[in-house]
Amino acid sequence: MVDNAHFDVAIIGQGPAGMTAALYAARAGLSAATFERMGPGGQMTDTERLDNYPGFAEGVDAFELAFAMSAQAARFGAVSVGEEVASLELDAPTKRITTAFGNVYTADAVILAMGAEPRPLGVERESELAGRGVSYCATCDGGFFKDKVAVVVGGGNTAAGDALYLSRICSQVHLIHRRNTLRADAVYAQPLAALPNLTMHLDCVVDALHEQDGALSAVSVRNVKTGETSEVPTSALFVAVGTRPRTGVLEGTGIELDSAGYVVAGETGQTNLAGVFAAGDVRTKALRQVSTAVGDGANAATAAFEYLSLR
Amino acid sequence: MAQVISSSEFDSKVLGAQGPVLVDFFATWCGPCKMLAPILDEVAAEVQGKAAVYKVDVDASPDLAQRYNVMSVPTLIVFENGQIKRSTMGAQPKQSLLALLA
Repeated sequence: MVDNAHFDVAIIGQGPAGMTAALYAARAGLSAATFERMGPGGQMTDTERLDNYPGFAEGVDAFELAFAMSAQAARFGAVSVGEEVASLELDAPTKRITTAFGNVYTADAVILAMGAEPRPLGVERESELAGRGVSYCATCDGGFFKDKVAVVVGGGNTAAGDALYLSRICSQVHLIHRRNTLRADAVYAQPLAALPNLTMHLDCVVDALHEQDGALSAVSVRNVKTGETSEVPTSALFVAVGTRPRTGVLEGTGIELDSAGYVVAGETGQTNLAGVFAAGDVRTKALRQVSTAVGDGANAATAAFEYLSLR
Repeated sequence: MAQVISSSEFDSKVLGAQGPVLVDFFATWCGPCKMLAPILDEVAAEVQGKAAVYKVDVDASPDLAQRYNVMSVPTLIVFENGQIKRSTMGAQPKQSLLALLA
């Protein structure tokens, strides 16, 4: 890869926000590069199938959609740099992007689209048991627990979707949520209620993980209202308690974050630094979906274009 | 290209290999595995002659998945002289895979 390559816009991340930003920037005539540590798609690729991205009446394979987005941006000349970003310098008019390979790139504008990642539950031994029964991706790992008991923690769409998915594979599914109602969309209520092998534990949290022979064997469940504790024997715990932004690379850059750690930016994506925009799940916003990420990407690229034109 | 190997080839190609071997335990239905595939191919090309890179389909080779206690895909294991040297889970960037083999 070339050192000291310069672009009008550097986009950090190849999730739906970053790839849409690249598409809009390239179509506006800007030289645009997306930087990605893995491959296109971001969190989309943790999903079996997207049923809430419009335009696909029967749903769409998330991986296919990711590659189509990438190819579409490439068709208009957007460049893909397969290197993890190690550090960013964002306060000067010329922004510097240093990658894990030691290569340095510069850009006149930067769009931050690093996205988010599953939030850990925060119980003891969680990281130690990750891949030994603790999982953050039901569609990835559910297959390993065929005809076994699985526990899902969380109350949003991911948790509800995971419970439905696992109910088809596992003998028994326990859904544990700390509030007395799920936060998930109404569309999940009926199918969940109809499952013969689902047990709901509302007002409950997972307090402890138990291990046997190096793998998860049970979880302790505590009712937050009654204080009652019970042990649920299980070989699989699927954590779906929301996401946290991937902002590690922003440390020391001067970018303003909100109290939850998301990049503060409005609809145009403009951050507190000139020429730096945020798009997708990494931004302060009400709803984090592929459909809202795509809108963010278009807005941020357009704002970056205006910024570069008026400079 | 990182070649997919069967259960019958595993012992000779991986455990009997000279030098380190990176094995990706993957599933055809797993998104992060698909994301990892082109990166793995790049790594295979880059380490050619020094190390080997193979893939094991956990559905086609459940015996191997069980033998190595694979409960998450992708799981990446580096073998050296027939022994597990390092292992990690989840899709990884290229430089992390190269570091695993180093």
